[in-house]
Amino acid sequence: MYRYSEFDESFVRSRVAQFRAQVERRIDGSLTEDEFKPLRLMNGLYLQLHAYMLRVAIPYGTLDSRQMRQLALIADRWDKGYGHFTTRQNIQFNWPKLADVPDMLEALADVGMHAIQTSGNTIRNVTADHFAGAAAGEVADPRPVAELIRQWSTDHPEFQFLPRKFKVAVTGHPDDRAVTAAHDIGLRLVERDGQIGATVLAGGGLGRTPMIGKVLADFVPLADLLPYLEAVVAVYNLLGRRDNKYKARIKITVHENGIEEIRAQVEAEFVDRKRLFSGVDQAMLAAITTQFAPPAFEAEAEGDYETWRAVDPVFRAFTDTNVTPHRQPGYAILTVSLKAHGATPGDATSDQMRLLADLAERYAHDELRISHEQNVILPHLPKRHLKAVHDALLAAGLATANVGLVSDIIACPGMDYCALATARSIPVAQGIALRFEELRLEHEIGPLKIKISGCINACGHHHVGHIGILGLDRAGVENYQITLGGDGGPDAVIGERTGPGFAYDQIIPAVERILRAYLALREGPGETFLDAYRRLGMEPFKAALYDTEETDGARADAA
Amino acid sequence: MPPRPFTPKVLTANALLEGDVVWLDADGEWTRRMEEAALIEDEASAELHLLDAHARAHEVVGPYLAEARRGSHGPEPTHFREAFRTRGPSNYPHGKQEGQ
Repeated sequence: MYRYSEFDESFVRSRVAQFRAQVERRIDGSLTEDEFKPLRLMNGLYLQLHAYMLRVAIPYGTLDSRQMRQLALIADRWDKGYGHFTTRQNIQFNWPKLADVPDMLEALADVGMHAIQTSGNTIRNVTADHFAGAAAGEVADPRPVAELIRQWSTDHPEFQFLPRKFKVAVTGHPDDRAVTAAHDIGLRLVERDGQIGATVLAGGGLGRTPMIGKVLADFVPLADLLPYLEAVVAVYNLLGRRDNKYKARIKITVHENGIEEIRAQVEAEFVDRKRLFSGVDQAMLAAITTQFAPPAFEAEAEGDYETWRAVDPVFRAFTDTNVTPHRQPGYAILTVSLKAHGATPGDATSDQMRLLADLAERYAHDELRISHEQNVILPHLPKRHLKAVHDALLAAGLATANVGLVSDIIACPGMDYCALATARSIPVAQGIALRFEELRLEHEIGPLKIKISGCINACGHHHVGHIGILGLDRAGVENYQITLGGDGGPDAVIGERTGPGFAYDQIIPAVERILRAYLALREGPGETFLDAYRRLGMEPFKAALYDTEETDGARADAA
Repeated sequence: MPPRPFTPKVLTANALLEGDVVWLDADGEWTRRMEEAALIEDEASAELHLLDAHARAHEVVGPYLAEARRGSHGPEPTHFREAFRTRGPSNYPHGKQEGQ
């Protein structure tokens, strides 16, 4: 894992001191809100519906036990004893008091963490595959590149006032668990002629105008990656529109200018930028890479894992859904679901955080990951410890065997917290999870990604959900639109809208009708919902949704 | 087209220090409970109150006028967003509903 250098340490400390003085000046009246707002946003502090919210970056979703315990401490000391893990691998505290925030930031700095650039028109927290360095079939660990980008982009003087926010995701695995195609820049590490480089995608993004990223460069060698990225952001910084915030993201810049024009400008800019890079970035990348060396894997890690699976059906079901193959024999990647049926997706109590920290430290090489799907991962777990880990999780309410199933739902905070939201997301997610638990259909239905956003900004990634749900305000009433067939994987697809939306009390029955239609129409249990949708198209699902008497009320709103 | 008639409103904001929702009451103080808010029924005084609230930036953040109606115990919200602001989130008993 990356450890802060002296430079990182002193930079973060100085930012905390700076912000402490800014908060003092806001409270004593020397700063107006208009003056203070951009300053607090630069430090991740939002004002939401009921309270302030502090968004803390978890770069590329990687934590150790010390950092996780500190998040628990912050939750207990200055918040309400829990935190919310987000779809951008951040953690949000929903109830801080303004005067306490500098102390919270100081506590973060104590463990090499910060909230810098988790808001504002800057390069945001760099996200990565949550199975980085662990998954079988990985081309290269994306985290050294992600850390290099974090260092380069943090306080980069040229990129503090971009036309709009800018999100970068990196994957080193062909499965693309980082949704790179839905980012301003997506990097896919690939190998060509024995050399590692990146396929660079640009202009992806969800929100109001969803776009799948386009390939800007097939292959950029690692040695050229940083100057190339700098060229892309520099071109966007000049070309990106500042007249209309809804047209300011790079996806619109790419759309309006064309990928060829952007490519030509980037390539011209790259020649100049490359000259300015003395090679220090490569020395830094090499130094960073050594910090992400794999842990000292145990030779005999398997133990009696298979015996426990044979005798304990609950354990077997848990490992069937929550374990992903590790590249190291005898090891497992364990996903701990933060989606217990009826719980708030992505929320963890401070006790749960401490337990996860303890388990990581005791059994799993002291590493934890946060996924954009709002779960926590033990990436390097010897299989011989899985039983003990499962027992401990079971006692803490963290052993839900639902990863990748109906109830493993991504949901943004929605109108329960967010000032931008137009409808609630959380209770919809809770209701769907509870309904399918009650029906005992979850495992029958199989792999399915439901994603819910409480407004058009799409923090819940609804466009790339196999079933996407978008909550809107229609004439003063919550209304939910459904999209089908979205996919956030390597061949990303934006889902297609089914038709008119559904009222708050109709959306869960609507999802149930879709999934009952799927069960009736699929060729067999081997055909997933997404495969069935691709084979059958929209029509049978539309019929299931709308061709029933009971939905007449829901159809009244044809917005 | 004739101008739309003015509909009753309350003046609301978030407290600077705690961030929680507040409403302006008839004495010009900030209250944590909507039913104690002043229901503003004419446009001129609504605009004046809003100007005044903007000048009280050391107390509150983001003041605005929200639609409201007269209820049996005081002003009530007419929109679900404003209703949520009187309570707190629906997933935990936090915010104003805490301890109730």
